[in-house]
Amino acid sequence: MSDDKTLAEVLRNQGVSRRGFLKFCATTASMMALSPAMVPRIAEALEQARRPSVIWLSFQECTGCTESLTRSHTPTIEGLIFDAISLDYHHTLQAASGDAAEHAREEAMKENWGKYILVVDGSIPVGHENYSTIAGISNLKMLEETAKGAAAIVAVGSCAAFGGLPMANPNPTGAAAVSDIIKDKPIINVSGCPPIPVVITGVLAQFLTFGKVPDLDSLGRPMAFYGKNIHDRCYRRPFYERGEFAETFDDEGAKKGWCLFKLGCKGPITYNACATTKWNEGTSWPVESGHGCLGCSEPRFWDMGGFYNALSTPTIDIAKTAGIGLAAGAAIGVAAGALNRAKKAKATREHETVTVDDLEKGEKS
Amino acid sequence: MTELNTCSASGDYPLTQNVVPILHEIRHALRKLLDEGEATIIDLRAMPFAPGEEDELEARLGTGEVTVRIEALGPSVIKETSYAGVWLVVHYNTEEEIMGKFIEITHVPSIIESQTEDIKSGIQALQEGLTIDS
Repeated sequence: MSDDKTLAEVLRNQGVSRRGFLKFCATTASMMALSPAMVPRIAEALEQARRPSVIWLSFQECTGCTESLTRSHTPTIEGLIFDAISLDYHHTLQAASGDAAEHAREEAMKENWGKYILVVDGSIPVGHENYSTIAGISNLKMLEETAKGAAAIVAVGSCAAFGGLPMANPNPTGAAAVSDIIKDKPIINVSGCPPIPVVITGVLAQFLTFGKVPDLDSLGRPMAFYGKNIHDRCYRRPFYERGEFAETFDDEGAKKGWCLFKLGCKGPITYNACATTKWNEGTSWPVESGHGCLGCSEPRFWDMGGFYNALSTPTIDIAKTAGIGLAAGAAIGVAAGALNRAKKAKATREHETVTVDDLEKGEKS
Repeated sequence: MTELNTCSASGDYPLTQNVVPILHEIRHALRKLLDEGEATIIDLRAMPFAPGEEDELEARLGTGEVTVRIEALGPSVIKETSYAGVWLVVHYNTEEEIMGKFIEITHVPSIIESQTEDIKSGIQALQEGLTIDS
């Protein structure tokens, strides 16, 4: 359960030295794509941060997002961030099952009403309530019920953020994204199939540090991680500029590491941190392994007409796709009225926040 | 991982051309350290590099006189490069996977210094040990 200990106290109780804590802050700053000069201020803010209660709901998903997050052996920096939160409900990871598990969720909600972070992976079937249930409770009902007391919601993975593979044409379950259903809470979309592990924990660290929802793009994703597209940061970009493309996966161009645009790379329309953060502890990423980007952090990447079909134009306005994910919301008749917008603003306002400027001035939250 | 990298599809590695600009940035940062006493940290994780470019950067920086290994939440290796004042700081987790890599342009990276909180804990532990002895 959530308690009154600060993050610094939790780490010190685990025998982590101040030096270890500073290392934690340095890698956290790097993870949050913040300047290393901010490390002392991040340390100050994190020292004061209280362990938030986190409730993690998994709906129509493949567990790939949880797998991504937990694949590293603990203790890792990501692991420590999970020590810094109180993960009160995660039905894949928790020991309890059935009624005991649901009781843990209800207790956590009651004790931390209005303060807990709700993490959701998987889309929500709205075609019929029995398509996906947990302990006899439909996904839709569980989401609506749990969202009511949340300070903020983190939609992890492209399924929770945009509907994902369950939404693929013809969308047999009526899969919907979290933001299609919940309209009165701040929602952070951490898209990807799966998202990069440090991006998931980076978002949680950012929330812990600043106490507020980070700056988001037009699709509700944190700008720190989704602010640049793959193409702009790709090391193969110079070949694109020179018009040097691989035409097949085994031709001379492919062997020379030329641009994979003609082989269907979706880098130009995909916003994610793969090109710099990379995967498997920074070992490599798809383009470096010789395969084009699938665009897995974008809405409807699953129905874009074939992974190996080249984009028709070199760059398209990604904002045009923003409306697609919202269509499902209209289908289930959830209206984003003025009242909900006001509620959302109120929920955001009531959460105590600090800004980068505050940290730079040395003010504590 | 070396085998994997050499098996990469990009046999004729394209270059981002980021190595030389970073070396220039380091040169400016050294001047700033001398003139204004201000340290600079460059986060290498935020840089797009082609395969081999990061190795090239490290090779051009070379190895200097000091290497420090810290054990705190996994190892950290801090090496002064062949250019005095330019340090390569690599943080690993307990599985020895790289969690962060930085170039620090400073007299001594601050993580090497003993931290006040740890010194206070040390005094307390020493005191408790002496109390038991007496």
